[in-house]
Amino acid sequence: MTVTETPTRITTPSVVDGVGASATRPDGVPKVDGSFIYSSDEYHDGSLWGVTLRSPHPRARVLAIDTSQATGIDGVRCVLTHRDVPGSKTYGMKVYDEPVLAFDEVRYQGEPVAVVAATHPEIARRACELIVVDYEELVPNTDPEMSLTGQVEGLFGGGLARHVRIRHGDVATARALADVVVEGRYEMGTQDPAFLGPESGLAVPLGDGGVELYVSCQNLHLDQQQVADCLGLPLDKVRLVLSGVGGAFGGKEDLNVHIHACLLALRTGRPVRMVYSREESFFGHVHRHPAIADIELGATRDGRLVFTKVRLVLDGGAYTSTSQVVIANGCYFAAGAYDVANVEIDGFATYTNNPPCGAMRGFGAVQSCYAIESAMDRLAGELGLHPLELRMRNAIGEGDVLPTGQPVDGPAPVQEILAYLRDLPLPAGADHEAADMRTRPGGVGNVTRGEGIRRGVGYALGMKAIGFSGGMDDTCTARVTVWIRDGEPVAEVYCAGPELGQGVVTLEAQIARTELGVRTVELRDKDTDIAESGASSASRQSWMTAGAVVGACGLVRDEILARAAAVLGRPAGELTLDGPEIHDPAGHPLVPVAEVLGPESVSHAFTYRHRPTEPVDDERGQGNAHVAFAYAAHRAIVDVDVELGLVKVVEMATAQDVGKAMNPAGVEGQIEGGTVQGLGLAVMEELQITGGRIRNPSFTDYLIPTMLDVPPMPMKIFEFPHPDSPYGLNGVGEPPNLSSTPAILNALRDATGLELPRAPVRPSDLITEPPVEGAGPE
Amino acid sequence: MRVNVTVNGVAHSVDHVWALESLLDFLRERVGLRGTKNACEQGECGSCSVYVDGVLVCSCLVAAVQVEGRSVVTVEGLDSGDGMHPVQQAFLDAGAVQCGFCTPGMIVAAHCLLDSNPDPDDLTVREELSGNLCRCTGYQKILDAVHLAAERTGAAP
Repeated sequence: MTVTETPTRITTPSVVDGVGASATRPDGVPKVDGSFIYSSDEYHDGSLWGVTLRSPHPRARVLAIDTSQATGIDGVRCVLTHRDVPGSKTYGMKVYDEPVLAFDEVRYQGEPVAVVAATHPEIARRACELIVVDYEELVPNTDPEMSLTGQVEGLFGGGLARHVRIRHGDVATARALADVVVEGRYEMGTQDPAFLGPESGLAVPLGDGGVELYVSCQNLHLDQQQVADCLGLPLDKVRLVLSGVGGAFGGKEDLNVHIHACLLALRTGRPVRMVYSREESFFGHVHRHPAIADIELGATRDGRLVFTKVRLVLDGGAYTSTSQVVIANGCYFAAGAYDVANVEIDGFATYTNNPPCGAMRGFGAVQSCYAIESAMDRLAGELGLHPLELRMRNAIGEGDVLPTGQPVDGPAPVQEILAYLRDLPLPAGADHEAADMRTRPGGVGNVTRGEGIRRGVGYALGMKAIGFSGGMDDTCTARVTVWIRDGEPVAEVYCAGPELGQGVVTLEAQIARTELGVRTVELRDKDTDIAESGASSASRQSWMTAGAVVGACGLVRDEILARAAAVLGRPAGELTLDGPEIHDPAGHPLVPVAEVLGPESVSHAFTYRHRPTEPVDDERGQGNAHVAFAYAAHRAIVDVDVELGLVKVVEMATAQDVGKAMNPAGVEGQIEGGTVQGLGLAVMEELQITGGRIRNPSFTDYLIPTMLDVPPMPMKIFEFPHPDSPYGLNGVGEPPNLSSTPAILNALRDATGLELPRAPVRPSDLITEPPVEGAGPE
Repeated sequence: MRVNVTVNGVAHSVDHVWALESLLDFLRERVGLRGTKNACEQGECGSCSVYVDGVLVCSCLVAAVQVEGRSVVTVEGLDSGDGMHPVQQAFLDAGAVQCGFCTPGMIVAAHCLLDSNPDPDDLTVREELSGNLCRCTGYQKILDAVHLAAERTGAAP
């Protein structure tokens, strides 16, 4: 393991709970004692409840809306429709195409049509039932393959949201060099982010005609812009404050209650709370795009890839959200973490009347990693090579050129990652007839004696860009203020980068302790009064926030030292700041910081930017689009009961390079959580969508892994410092979500010998030994 | 209707409770204890776990009127007044908290488990806490936290 050298700017190596320590969360105590305020806990005296009426149809023309009966109920304060939206009637992260409230047509089941404010949520719900919407039902377009024509009436762009083309080398010529060619089609169902904390918020009208919104989200400033546009208010009349976020995983990048709650609050002049039920939540946020990937790999007999050809279709559903960028990201990494000279990738994002899809952890790369890693195992089988050996022979390394023409820079320790999994001993096999029933696939519900249980081992490798790609000017601003309290310096960090659970607030405090040597760090609430931080997405927030906080701390330190220099009559360059004291070069204390600052505070803001990137071109998809890359791999061990079609994931081993483990416990938690979301996608999680309708919008019917479904997860965290980032850190959150799913699929294929072209697998996919006809009691 | 109930040792008498109001809503909206969370409202996720007369329940599945005359303990009532309960401290120390939305319910359920089984093995913890969903942590550190709490309360050998 490479350990990052302590950067020279750190003045207090002895600092407690600084960078690199598993410091506890600053929001930890309120989160364990129940006092932490999530957006669904927000409360204001005299507040009303807002409830949304949603379309029951996946596609229908809205002919008329009659709210008269609903308005007449006792306790109802207002009923709003599209006519009451004063500004832009539509919003969206990239394109304003999603109606705040439906005005001409509804394009997916669950689309908001009207909102009601009432004194009690039940009254508001009953009022919603009395709103009469005259729909003319239309036949929904639900087949993404049809949408590819770009000719489907009633869909944006005729159904085609974006076609991404990547051309690298010459696949046609390279075919002649391939001794072995494998082909496969791999499909993936729709995953839901299924964060536990539902969409919710509190809007408070202000005396000046403005509004304040306490909400859970992933990007306060992008949300503020959309809300202001739709309310027809200037930005400075719309203030967003980050409330407690109960998980997000991409599903809170798009707006949910935001505009509705503000509209109701501004209309009634009263604070308005909105909280989605679990059922509503399934309709109230975007999902992971379902995918169809056709993939062709050509290799020489000795296992060198000579070409990769991929066609990837992601169905984005009714509205754009981030589909154009999700498909781009899916395409960038569709050839996997491999060095291959000839690549042809065509990616399509479609519109249909299916539920809207957008960002979810991994952002398109989950789908393409699943496809390429499935195909790599098929190729290994054709070549008679161990799947790890094939991967090691082709693994990408520093200096290799990506299909987009960008050379890989920064550490690319793929060989090290794979070697860890190769060398890790396999867990012991179980004697299922003798063992505790709870260890069997299906647990105590397994009705056999375990005679049909087969073990499988599978591997997968993933690679993803960290940060926003494609030429975005991506900034993050932090303000750090130091003052004296009880004779000791105290630092306050103020940065809008949303805390979703990932622990960026912990890092803010750790960095301030490390940079300034202070013991006490206070974190200011996150809101839109400071400049933007960008989104907590793309595994970027730790990097970006760290850059901003380190920068602001540096400015604060420089000013404190300059003031000390003036007091001491010595050059500032000779002085160092060590918590409560200013030191000379030998480390001797010269003067307390308290004496230098007195009653004054020192405060500086700093705006961090990562290196510039550029968009890829439309014709061949070439360009230096990425900030950085991160890598992870998994080894999955599964037991499959081939009579019952039940699976037990026995172990998920993983290795990942994180650059610098800023908070090792936090890094482990991200890797474990990402691995388990991938496990869910492999064996149980799928939104069942028929004719554009979601059939399982509940936790009874949409299953996410429980503690019992989750195996031990041995892991190796590598720390190869990234040369461009603060402290050498790299993004952590998404990579473990990439390779987890295909590792399990490959293990299931190993156990059963089946092709298993679809994730998640269903029990019926796995039964290889049906009951013998005529067998049974004599 | 009126409901008389003791919550975390404090007697409450609340009027105008709706017949179909859940104990979860009652605790959050009437008593003002919002530590008990609303994540699925159909007894699948365990985020709303509380004790009713010492029995672990999903408060979303209990009608408020059913707790008439009973004693309810929520996550806010686990601390006996002299700092955090060892289970809460263990969750904090083990890094078992990320977004934290599942945490109150998970802690009440873990508290209940350790009450009846002071030193559970891995499989037992997994089985007993499988009614509490967590989407962030992958559960490993929650498992660690339960063992840490067991160790600290002196039950482990």
